[in-house]
Amino acid sequence: MNWRRDWWPLALIAAVFLGFYFLPVASPLVTSSIGEALALAQWYAREHVLTCLVPAFFIAGAIAVFVSKASVMRYLGAGANKVLAYGVASVSGSILAVCSCTVLPLFAGIYRMGAGLGPASAFLYSGPAINVLAIILTARVLGVQLGVARAVGAVLFSIVIGLAMHFIFRREEEAKASAQASLPVPEAVRPLWQTALYFAAMIAILVFANWGSPGVGSGGFWQLMYETKWWLTAAAALALTAMLMGWFGLRWYKAVVAVVPAAILALLWPQYPALAFSAAVLGLSVVIAPDKSELGEWFSESWGLARQIMPLLFAGVLVAGLLLGQPGGRGLIPPEWISAAVGGNGFGANLFAAVAGALMYFATLTEVPILEGLLANGMGQGPALALLLAGPALSLPNMLVIAGVMGWKKTGVFVALVVVMATISGIIFGSFMG
Amino acid sequence: MKKIQVLGPGCPRCTQLAAAVDLAARQLGLEYEVEKVTDISEIVNLGVMMTPGLIVDGELKFQGKCPSVDELKTIIA
Repeated sequence: MNWRRDWWPLALIAAVFLGFYFLPVASPLVTSSIGEALALAQWYAREHVLTCLVPAFFIAGAIAVFVSKASVMRYLGAGANKVLAYGVASVSGSILAVCSCTVLPLFAGIYRMGAGLGPASAFLYSGPAINVLAIILTARVLGVQLGVARAVGAVLFSIVIGLAMHFIFRREEEAKASAQASLPVPEAVRPLWQTALYFAAMIAILVFANWGSPGVGSGGFWQLMYETKWWLTAAAALALTAMLMGWFGLRWYKAVVAVVPAAILALLWPQYPALAFSAAVLGLSVVIAPDKSELGEWFSESWGLARQIMPLLFAGVLVAGLLLGQPGGRGLIPPEWISAAVGGNGFGANLFAAVAGALMYFATLTEVPILEGLLANGMGQGPALALLLAGPALSLPNMLVIAGVMGWKKTGVFVALVVVMATISGIIFGSFMG
Repeated sequence: MKKIQVLGPGCPRCTQLAAAVDLAARQLGLEYEVEKVTDISEIVNLGVMMTPGLIVDGELKFQGKCPSVDELKTIIA
């Protein structure tokens, strides 16, 4: 046995064994918590996977393939307009960082070879928080207000943090001779308005399919939207099909293969829209996956993201359910602890949430089920936002990487700024939400 | 002997590119060695911001994408 290499798995196996050895299986709290974990996983499987996550993965994959990153990167290069660079850095995470693993190289590149420390810090802060998957799932599961607050807070405060970093270290910035990055030349494939309409169709599918009931008794426009939501979804899907045929070279017989089964299912069993929706997703996948050009790339990109993120999200949901319970239930952690630490909207609660978020590592999207559990156990809205802002931007492992790129001193200041900004935005948001 | 460098911190697309490059080079019957550059500072020093990137004999071929094996054959040949 190679001790150097194998001590880690051995320790893990021993820990799991001891855990099960002493597990109080008969305790009602343990059995009920396991039930909570399963119930939460079922809720996700029923409510969030098919109509929310699946289209979101297709949108994220499409961003990776069809949005020209090079044209965005031009604004973050060494010769870029400094004011513009902050603005672009604060919002470009949604385009450049579809998956959180691309944030760090881009950050290092902007810092060393591009627009410098300020825009790089802005990008590092907002990037992980405003990637499309995170915003969609936050809005869907935790509510639109928190989803929007997360995106807006991340963008605004990233500019503040970037400017502060630039101001604090302005002397070093002037001394630094920046190397020139060789940026790829943007390749224009199709006019912007076509790409924009294509994204609009996909977002329409996502929004209409997830349109919630406005509640019993409220009539009018929202109720009408809710009642016709599957017709609207189908119309958006047909528009998307037409665009794929007209602009993306999808053959007509392939479009028929994708559309007809879904349409038949929709007409036969209109009471089960999930059937038609699944058939449409499957149909689309089947016709675009074998494609040799962009469409095939779109599929493999979407699938790559799903394969990478879904297992972690599934594990995150189970752990959140076990420890915190589903909304309304309770898990292993006593709710009193949570409301004592992060309940209400005090300074202490927001600070605690920001610090905990900065240290903890969240795999992409797992912050959502964890936060949902915390909210159900008495966490305040303000601390929830503080955790959402500080959490994905920072963790102990990525602090090490950041320190390797820009040194401990700058990293320390950056971490401090993130914690302070997350705390402040938490307090502001919490006081608005009452 | 061709020197092929695959640049990326270990994201799925980078692993995918490394495997595809290996396959492409073997299908072409090239004499080659593949080096995976995973350190972020080093990646940036080589002039790449968007991963994965590919360098063949010191020349940056592309960054921020993962082409198919067929495309890679024409790039590394």
